[in-house]
Amino acid sequence: MVYLTRKAEFSASHYYHNPDFSPEENHRVFGKCNNPNGHGHNYTLEVTVKGEVDPRSGFVVDLKQLKEVMHREVLDAMDHRFLNKEVPEFLNRIPTTENIAIAVWQRLVTKLERAQLHRVRVYETPDLFVDFYGEA
Amino acid sequence: MHGVRRMKAHLSRRYLFSASHRLHSETMSEEENQATYGKCNNPYGHGHNYVVEVTVSGPVDENTGMVCNLTDLDGFIEREVLSRFDHENLNTLQEFAQEVPTTENLCIQIYEIVHRGFRKAHLERVRLEETMMNSFEYAGGEASH
Ligand SMILES: [Zn+2]
Repeated sequence: MVYLTRKAEFSASHYYHNPDFSPEENHRVFGKCNNPNGHGHNYTLEVTVKGEVDPRSGFVVDLKQLKEVMHREVLDAMDHRFLNKEVPEFLNRIPTTENIAIAVWQRLVTKLERAQLHRVRVYETPDLFVDFYGEA
Repeated sequence: MHGVRRMKAHLSRRYLFSASHRLHSETMSEEENQATYGKCNNPYGHGHNYVVEVTVSGPVDENTGMVCNLTDLDGFIEREVLSRFDHENLNTLQEFAQEVPTTENLCIQIYEIVHRGFRKAHLERVRLEETMMNSFEYAGGEASH
C-alpha cells in the first residue's frame, strides 16, 4: 500500500452561528467567529489517497485526475466564497474546520477512480488543522 | 440543527514555547555523559524554541460543529503546559528531578499532563518539535488506532 498526498489552497470566508442558540449563547460559544459579516482564511487542503502501485503505470493514482477532481468538486465550490451562503452543505451546518473536512471528504469519496481516499486534512491556519478519515 | 450523523474527526493545534535544558545523567561518568550527549552536555545548558502539536479526537458536536471548543483546549494548554515550561530551565523543574530532560521525556510528560487533565476530547497524540529538523511523537503506552 502506498499513500499519496496532494495539496491545494483556497480562500474563503465564514462565520459561526447556531440559530437554535440565543444571541448570548452564540457569542459565548463562538466568540469573535460569531460576527455575521464573516471573516476569512487561507485554507490549505491535503488529500491523501492510498492504493497499490499499478504495475504498468507505476502510479497509485492518476495525479492529473486527482487534481482535476479536487478542482471540480472542492475548489470551484469553495474558493473565494462565503461558505455559509454559497456552499450548500453550510446553509444549515456550521462551516467549522471539522465540518469543512467532512464536506470535502463527502465530495471526493465517490469521485475517485482508482485509489481509495485515506484522509482529508484541512488547515485553517498553520497552527490549526483537522483530519477526517471517513465515517467510522 | 438538522440531522448530520455524528462523525469522528481529529483536531490538531500547535503551540510555541521556549526553554533551556542540559542533557546529563547522574548515572553516568563524566566521559560517558560527554560521549552520550556531546554539546548538549554543556553544564550551562542551552535552549530551544519548542513547538508542541496536540491532537485530540471525538465526534463532531452537531450544535457547534466542533470536536471541542478551541478556547477550552487553548486555555488548558496555556495553564497546564505553557505556563509550566515556557521560559524555564527544564533541569530545575520538579518534573525533571528524576529524569533527563530530553525531548523524548518532555514529550511524554506533556502527553501525561494532557491525558490526565483534559476532559473535553480524547487525546490522540503529542508531537514535539525541538528544532525544524527533530521531532518526537508519543501516543501513550499501548498502540492506539
Ligand atoms: Zn474563522
